[in-house]
Amino acid sequence: MKLLELTAVELGKKIKAGEVTVEEATRAALDAIKAKEEKVHSFVTIDEEGAMNRAKEVQKLIDDGTLTGPLAGVPVAIKDNLCTKGMLTTCSSKILYNFIPTYTAEAVLNLEKAGAVILGKTNMDEFAMGSTTETSAYGVTKNPWNTEHVPGGSSGGSCAAVAAEECFYALGSDTGGSIRQPSSFCGVTGIKPTYGTVSRYGLIAYGSSLDQIGPVAKDVTDCATILEAITSYDKKDSTSVKREDTDFTSALVDDVKGMKIGIPRDYLGEGLDPEVKTAILAAAKTLEEKGAIVEEFDLSLVEYAIPAYYVIAAAEASSNLARFDGVKYGYRTKEYEGLHNMYKKSRSEGFGPEVKRRIMLGSFVLSSGYYDAYYLKALRTKALIKQAFDKAFEKYDVILGPAAPTTAPKLGESLSDPLKMYLGDVYTVSVNLAGLPGISLPCGLDSKGLPIGLQLIGDCFKEKNIIRAAYAYEQTRTYQHSPIAQD
Amino acid sequence: MANVISDETMGYVGILAKLELSEEEKQAAKKDMESMLDYIDKLNELDTSKVEPMSHVFPVKNVFREDVVENGDGGEATLANAPEKRDRAFVVPKTVDQ
Amino acid sequence: MSKQYETVIGLEVHVELATKTKIFCSCSTAFGSAPNTHTCPVCTGMPGSLPVLNKQVVEYAMAVGVATNCQINQYSKFDRKNYFYPDNPQNYQISQLYLPICHDGGIEIETENGKKTIGIHEIHMEEDAGKLVHDDWEEVSLVDYNRSGVPLIEIVSEPDMRSAEEVIAYLDKLRMIIQYLGASDCKMQEGSMRADVNLSVREVGAKEFGTRTEMKNIGSFKAIARAIEAETARQIDLIESGEKVVQETRRWNDEQGYSYAMRSKEDAQDYRYFPEPDLVPIVISDEWLQQVKDNQPELRDEKLKRYQEEFGLPEYDAQILTSVKKLADVFEATTELCKKPKKVSNWLMGETMRLLKEHDMDPEDIKFSPINLAKVIELTEAGTINSSVAKDVFEKVFSEDIDPDKYVEEKGLKTVNDEGALRETIEKIIQDNPQSVEDYRNGKEKAIGFLVGQTMKAMKGKANPGMVNKILKELL
Ligand SMILES: [Mg+2]
Ligand SMILES: [Zn+2]
Repeated sequence: MKLLELTAVELGKKIKAGEVTVEEATRAALDAIKAKEEKVHSFVTIDEEGAMNRAKEVQKLIDDGTLTGPLAGVPVAIKDNLCTKGMLTTCSSKILYNFIPTYTAEAVLNLEKAGAVILGKTNMDEFAMGSTTETSAYGVTKNPWNTEHVPGGSSGGSCAAVAAEECFYALGSDTGGSIRQPSSFCGVTGIKPTYGTVSRYGLIAYGSSLDQIGPVAKDVTDCATILEAITSYDKKDSTSVKREDTDFTSALVDDVKGMKIGIPRDYLGEGLDPEVKTAILAAAKTLEEKGAIVEEFDLSLVEYAIPAYYVIAAAEASSNLARFDGVKYGYRTKEYEGLHNMYKKSRSEGFGPEVKRRIMLGSFVLSSGYYDAYYLKALRTKALIKQAFDKAFEKYDVILGPAAPTTAPKLGESLSDPLKMYLGDVYTVSVNLAGLPGISLPCGLDSKGLPIGLQLIGDCFKEKNIIRAAYAYEQTRTYQHSPIAQD
Repeated sequence: MANVISDETMGYVGILAKLELSEEEKQAAKKDMESMLDYIDKLNELDTSKVEPMSHVFPVKNVFREDVVENGDGGEATLANAPEKRDRAFVVPKTVDQ
Repeated sequence: MSKQYETVIGLEVHVELATKTKIFCSCSTAFGSAPNTHTCPVCTGMPGSLPVLNKQVVEYAMAVGVATNCQINQYSKFDRKNYFYPDNPQNYQISQLYLPICHDGGIEIETENGKKTIGIHEIHMEEDAGKLVHDDWEEVSLVDYNRSGVPLIEIVSEPDMRSAEEVIAYLDKLRMIIQYLGASDCKMQEGSMRADVNLSVREVGAKEFGTRTEMKNIGSFKAIARAIEAETARQIDLIESGEKVVQETRRWNDEQGYSYAMRSKEDAQDYRYFPEPDLVPIVISDEWLQQVKDNQPELRDEKLKRYQEEFGLPEYDAQILTSVKKLADVFEATTELCKKPKKVSNWLMGETMRLLKEHDMDPEDIKFSPINLAKVIELTEAGTINSSVAKDVFEKVFSEDIDPDKYVEEKGLKTVNDEGALRETIEKIIQDNPQSVEDYRNGKEKAIGFLVGQTMKAMKGKANPGMVNKILKELL
């Protein structure tokens, strides 16, 4: 048996039963990383020594009965925009090339409490700005299904690491699809929870009103289990929501009888790859056969989500990224004349082109004379989009559609035309604008052998609906390991 | 192309954002920004005159802290990543206005 | 004959609130620690840190709003003001622009020209910046974030002031109100109250305002008066010579007595405000607002009235006693103990003021306990000590807060009322000073003063002066 084929929950059970030690599992993951990194490059930082020490410590805590949860002892990879005390956290940017936080993100602390062993930090698009993980300052991550293709982004490193079986699960973040789209491209499962469910404290902000942390894993059971572990009300995050129904694993039930599922007709039109469309509709059929009531409907406003999203995300980013200035941490240019020159040179040398592009756009749309026309207009559009979803959820429990219009493009294809790359987020961004939960899970391969992702969207605070639908669908399939995983 | 961004505007936004783009970068960024803005102009098709701008999706309100000191000496952690420090302070180029 | 001009002034007053912790994190606001000790990821702009609002800041802001007759915005929000400067670790300041907590208020001031209301446009909450220390030898500045995130309210007036005198009356009144509320100590010297002056001039009778300039962060009432005078003159000069006043921010150099423009092409004044996504709205219920109103302490104007009505003090006394909250507090506490308001008032307005002046102290610096002043008054009233001894005892109370009962006892300062002993001393004085005795007998009334003095000196000041006079006259 290859240990890394196990899901996180399966491994957790074996560790609990004493069949596998935490050190064995950690060693196995570190060996897998060693063997596969050259091909996939999922990681920015690998903490071999820290992980092995932690493994010993966790084993003791399991042995003495302190740690009893399902994730105790299971090794995890963390997206590099989540602060980890004492461990390099770069956001895949040169501007944070040497940043070692003195605090740990609340979501990661929650995992540590559950007995997680952190293997290292995963690669991402710089500051989570991108859909391919090609904008990283530390090299490109490749798709474990075909290394000539991108893994998606921005949580491409996390999704590739799970798909390549370099770790048992990972944390990602999702501002406009950054968990769901790469999960779709890499053939793994990822959840973007309702805004406010997982604390953002320690998550290096991109678009504060849109960012959420979520799990990436091999299956729905893992994702529900991980989400349950990282969810918490955090008084350090003012946008954190006090929730009671966070026993997400209770929704792991193979029953969708009577569940109302709507497919937005607007999601099936122009731009959608026919193979993706076929797979999505087949998945809908499967759910229907299991007793769900499935119908198509008009969601409306779909084409306005991307422009509204890019205005809001870029505006917030331009402000959030102002703190990277070479004064308190990170990169400072070597030679400069005076304060403003130091700012400009440090930032211009420290940020990559995509980040600079979005900061420029964000600064522009907020600047005097444009605020109303762009920023307020986008916030008004957001309100309309929210209303459209509210209306849809009066009728449906779950909205079903693709996570992305295509399967993973080839490396280098997307960056040349940013607008086209942005359009790839058409099915994911509106979920962030409306604060909704969404899950992406594998629903087949295209003719090139690349994974296709099925997206299920729920109403706010209704993760359980999408988890139940996803779980029921998943029962009709077997997990397909990527070629790199099988190496 | 409906939106034309002048070099002057690019320079101005560069001052706001504290970014100094190379000529090549500037031209590329200008082109991208113009096409993004054209695309964003699509929002004008929507009549939003009766819609309130929505910044928070949920009506969460009144999240407060009590006025109690909980943090101690943060000095070491605060300065741990400083590119340049002296006498427990961050060092920056002189800021006195000329 | 040259034209007549009128100066139009509006103020933006920043007041540091007297909270124990910062506005968005639980770091201490205490003064005087080593650089960067009262700091955490939030107030130093570390990546991933998030702000959480201090409830006390909202309550203080509401209290100041209520006391300055403002409307309270029961739905209020924070916005980000974006600009780069090293004292501002996030390179944006969390402030309020679109929905500030208070708006449309005003306070009444009084100057030589009578009473006048100065409008308050708005009061908003925001965070203070860190401190920059400039190195004189090297081309560097040092950044200390201990003050970063200390809560401020910014009180924005309407352009209702017309002279330095009005500006100072307004600032004085604001300071008094805020001190009375306990929301801030408002010490200009220590920077807990700072004013930006917006000033323009126009011809008398003109309807439109002239172009205004803004002078930043002026540190004292005197400096404000000087800056207003200089800026008014500068603008009139420009207009008279046919030039235009440029709308700009200027810095006042008080030592040199002139202001200069802070122009830089790197400082585009475009703050790109937008709603702060990391904080949620503040919704003030009617009950909460009522609670704050109910908890408002008695303010100066009310005290002024009450001191005259309840204690029968002259208006002059009441004015002085209420001019500084600390003085009013000491007055009320002492009066409560000894029930002699006019005597307390005399001690505070006389000896206390004299000693404060002598030691170059402000009334806020008073250290003595009301109980000890009450004891001095009681000892004097009971005739246990005479008034000149009382002054000496009070001086000790003022500087060391000694217990007057004990002190008088230990030092044996009680007035000597023993007639026999006095008579003996006086007889000796009369014998030793035949010249004075003769002068008195020859009608020089003043000579008796000398003899009284000699007696007091011989009795080490403890004699009952009335008795000395009586016996002297008798024996002469
Ligand atoms: Mg301000
Ligand atoms: Zn702090």
